[in-house]
Order: sequence, then structure tokens, then C-alpha cells
Amino acid sequence: MTTPHPIASIVGVLIVALSLSAFLIWVERRLLALWQDRYGPNRVGPFGLLQVLADMIKIFTKEDWIPPFADKPVFVIAPAIIMVTVLMSFAVLPVAPGIVVSDLNIGLLFFLGMSSLGVYSIVLAGWASGNKYSLLGGLRAAAQMISYEVFMGLSLMGVVLLAGTFDLTAIVEAQRGLWYVIPQFLGFVLFLIAGVAEARRLPFDLPEAEAELVAGFHSEYSGMKFGMFFVGEYLGITLISSMIAVLFLGGWNGPWLPPLVWFLIKVFAFLCFFILLRASLPRMRFDQLMSLGWKVMFPLALVNLLVTGAIVLAKR
Amino acid sequence: MLSVIRTIWNVFLHSFRRRVTIQYPDEKPYLTPRTRGRIVLSRDPDGGERCVACYLCAVVCPVDCIALQATEDEHGRRYPEFFRINFSRCIFCGLCEDACPTYAIQLTPDFEMSEYNRQNLVYEKEDLLINGPGKYPGYNFWRVSGVQISGKDKGEAENEAPPTDVYRLTP
Amino acid sequence: MTNLTEIAFFAAGAVAVIATVLAITRPVAVHALLYLIVSLLAVAVVFYTMGAPLVAALEVIIYAGAIVVLFVFVVMMLNLGVRTQETERKWLAGRAWIGPVILSALLLAEVIYLIVRAPVSAAMNSISTPKQIGLALFGPYLLGVELASMLLLGALVGACHLGRTSKSGREARQ
Repeated sequence: MTTPHPIASIVGVLIVALSLSAFLIWVERRLLALWQDRYGPNRVGPFGLLQVLADMIKIFTKEDWIPPFADKPVFVIAPAIIMVTVLMSFAVLPVAPGIVVSDLNIGLLFFLGMSSLGVYSIVLAGWASGNKYSLLGGLRAAAQMISYEVFMGLSLMGVVLLAGTFDLTAIVEAQRGLWYVIPQFLGFVLFLIAGVAEARRLPFDLPEAEAELVAGFHSEYSGMKFGMFFVGEYLGITLISSMIAVLFLGGWNGPWLPPLVWFLIKVFAFLCFFILLRASLPRMRFDQLMSLGWKVMFPLALVNLLVTGAIVLAKR
Repeated sequence: MLSVIRTIWNVFLHSFRRRVTIQYPDEKPYLTPRTRGRIVLSRDPDGGERCVACYLCAVVCPVDCIALQATEDEHGRRYPEFFRINFSRCIFCGLCEDACPTYAIQLTPDFEMSEYNRQNLVYEKEDLLINGPGKYPGYNFWRVSGVQISGKDKGEAENEAPPTDVYRLTP
Repeated sequence: MTNLTEIAFFAAGAVAVIATVLAITRPVAVHALLYLIVSLLAVAVVFYTMGAPLVAALEVIIYAGAIVVLFVFVVMMLNLGVRTQETERKWLAGRAWIGPVILSALLLAEVIYLIVRAPVSAAMNSISTPKQIGLALFGPYLLGVELASMLLLGALVGACHLGRTSKSGREARQ
């Protein structure tokens, strides 16, 4: 297989990631409706597929309002940060053999770094809005995402130990025989939970919490700035699903079908799982969230790392 | 932990359930005959207006959306000169139907009353009056009441004894 | 390619210096922190161009991604307003400047002298892999790592003690 030109890869990944996340808005609404015995949007176009287009027109033509009590420069920068950090992470994602924008030898660390920078978007949006609820949302986001990042990184170290590299392409190649979901099942579960928390999805959507914080950090946002948070969230879950597929489910590896199709099937399955989580689980309380992170997940991640390390050493 | 997984699984099983949504404009929902919708004024089986313009409906209406003016025809039979219901105010509570002594005012199972112009929601008597007895097909107020109208003298109503002749001494 | 890397190195260095200066001079604390993040990211790029990608990634994850988030967290909680800015201006007026300025000027002169004297690209292009760094940390620098871990353990125990809300503690306070 010939390697495509880097710019072609960049454009391709950008287009696919953005259109996939836009399409996800429709998928989420339809699937939530399915699990609540409803229909969801089915009026605009075939199966309501053009609903995304209608939403986009709406969001583009809305008034782009900056509240007078907001800190204007930070208020404007915040939604851009989330888009930039998430899209940057897509750069190191090996989609199929040869289809990767930048095959960094520290790809995994790059992903972790970008996801940790993504917190700023939420925190600064909450602070710059000059609104108590938004500030509370930002504070929650800061506490939640730092805590969950710690064991997110630790849960991945088992995979790194097994593969012996931070290079995502090499990690996928190393799973040719056995997907890491089997030897690293605990790590897989931990990363899944941390990923949900990183993407701020239910049951960990404390920073938004419509019921108590009136949409939290993005209460004051409107128009395309809100749209960027919205698309950023869907890009985030696409990214987390892709990372799960790459790190634990063997990326593009799979019999019969072409690699790209396998990758997309795995990613889509996890996207659906994320939506299923939203459909079924209630939001946690904040102290429950923090104690789950630090008292359950963190020790489990450490144990996982220690046991994996011991086994890897013993086998050598 | 186990309960969480069971919850997720149970919700997933809903993928195979029947959807309860009725796709309204394509598929009309079944409305029971007693659904409280658009208000009509009915006629008795003979074709005369049932309404006797007693004002009870206008009095009981909690949002004051009913307006009418009573008048009498040449034989002393009361009827409303005009009868006006402002449906932009009406809350479809059905109190007018309960209050009506002649079953004239009735709520029907029809709710599709959207208008572009608010003024079009003010229904006059000719909009409200229907050519039929509505939910009470056999009932005729003037045939059971003791009031004298043309074609029916006192004591000629159903289940009514003739009036006592006060000039006779026999009991 | 080396030329481009060198340009990237100097550009990132310039960004780091400018961002750091701005981080010191901004009156609004959160803006200053934003510039601090930019400065840290620029330093990460500097590390990367010098052939230390692991250090660059750790710089982003640990400093920019975790520590400064905590700074922002605290600054958000404090809700610094115009009044604190005025107090700060009062504190930094006049004499208070002189001592620090002389000392830092000495340091600056020293750094400039070192930069001018030493060949710039000495450390460049020596790729340090995670393995090398791990061996270095648990080989020659083992004592330092262990001391740091003991210090962090102490901090952890202290934080646990301070943040503890047991039933008896709550009763004792009431």
C-alpha cells in the first residue's frame, strides 16, 4: 500500500473527523430515541439525516453574543482551544496502514498531553463567562479532568509495557496476534471510564450538569462559539473511541475486511457504547466522582501497572 | 457495579422494543369520544337550537372566554342572539359542558385549531353551531321541560301531568 | 532540515521569552497564567527540537496540563479583582524593585555570557529515548528520585491529613 501525501492525510483526517462528529449529533439523537422507545429526528431528509445540516444553518445564523461582563479575549479563545487540542490529537492517530498524519514515536504521550491541555478550554470558558454557574462548571471540570487524567495515563502504561513503545502505529502492529483487551482487560475498563470522564459525557458530565448548573461552562456561549464546544465534545468522544480501538482492540487488525473498515467498525461500536451509557446511567454526585477516581480507579490502575510489569519482567 | 451493567443491558434491550411514538401528522392518534377539544353548540333532534341562553357557561368559565346575549323569539323561546367563544383563551376545562342544563354546549375530540391570525380563533355562533345533537342524540330539552313554547302547551311535556285547574274544587 | 529545526528552535525560544515577560507583566492573573502556559508549550517545542521528545511530552502533560491547571483553579477560586491589583501595585512601587532587579541582572549577564561563549548546537540532535531517561533516572540519579518521592509522599500524607473530614473531627469542631 502506498503512503498518501501528508497533506492529503491531514485534509482527509480533518474532513472525516469533522463530518463524523457532525454526523454523530444525528446518531446520538436517533440512538437515544431508540433506547427510549421514540423515533428521534426523522423529518429532515431521509431518516432525518439532513437534521445536521439544518442544525448547522441554525447555529451559523445565530447571534454571536459576548456578554458585557465576560473577559472578552479569554472568552473568545476558550472554544478554539478545545477544537485545536482535539484535532491535534487526531494527527497521531493511525487509522490504517500508512494513513496517519504524523507517526510520532511519542504518539501516546502526545495524545495524553493534548487531552490534558483540553481542560483549559473548559476551565477558561467557565472563568471568562463571569457567571457563577459557569465558574462552578469550570472548577468542577478542572478537578475532574486532572483526577481522571492521572489514572488515564497510568491505565495506558500497561499497554506501553506490553508493546514496549509509545508509538501508536507500533502498538497496533504489536496487537497483530492478540488484542490487548484480553491481557489488559482491567486497563481497558479503566481507560474506558477515564475516557468517558475526559470527554465529559454522562455519567461524568458534571461540568455541564444541565439540571444544577444550567449547562455549566457554556451557559453564556451562543452561535458558533457554542457550536465549537458542541462539535468539540463529539470530536472528543470520537477521539476516545479511536484511541480505545487503537490501544486495546488492535486498531485496523481484523480478518477478511479491509483495515480501514475494521477501524471504522470498532470506532463506531464504541461511539454507540458512549451513547448507550448516556441513555442508561444517571449523573454522579461530585464527591462520588472524586472518590471513585482517587480511591477506586487510581489504586486499580497502579495494581494493573505493577502486575503487568511483574509479568513482563518474569517472562523475559 | 453489577447493577450498573444490568442497567446498561436493560436499556440496550430497548433497541428491540416497539416504539410508542405516534407520528402525528401522518398517523392520527385515537381520541376518546369524551376528549375535551373544540367546543360546539348542538341542536335538539327536531333541529332547534338547544341553547337557552342561561349564561351559566359564561359564568362558570374560569377564563371568561364565552360571551353571549340572550333574546326570545315571538313564542317566548329563549335563544342566544350571539354566542362567541374566544379559543385563544379557552383552556378546554369542560366546566361549561358540566354547567349547561340543556346539553347544548359540548366539547368534541378535535384539537387541530391552529391559525396564523389570532383573530381567527374567535368563533361566532355560526362557527359553533352544528347540525346535530352531539353526544346526546335523543335528548330534547324543550320536550321535557315545563316551559310553554309554540306547539307545546303547559303540561304537555314528557312525564308531565297536566297543570292543576285552580278554579276547580276537586282534588 | 537542520536549518529548519534551528529556526524552529530559535522561534520557540523567542516565543518562550516573550510569553514569560508577558506572564510577569499582565495585571489580570488568569491572563498571566495563559501566557505562562504558552511559555511552557514553547519550552516543550524547544526540548523537542533539541531531540528530547519525551521530555517535551512530559513538559506538556505535567507542567502545562496539570500544574498550571491547578494554578488556574486556585486563581479562579480567589476571584482577584481590581482591588488586589492596586495592592500589588502599591507593594511593587519604588524601593522594592531594586534588590531583585540587581540580582536578576547579574544572572542575566551570566546567562548571556554562557550563551555567547558556548557553541549553540552542542546539545542538539542527541535523541534521548524513554529507555535512556528511565535508565538515567533509576541509575545515576536514583537518590534524587527517591528523595523526591519521599517528599511527595510526605506532601500526600499531609494533604490527606488536612483534607480529612472524619465524623469525630466534625464533632470536635462543633
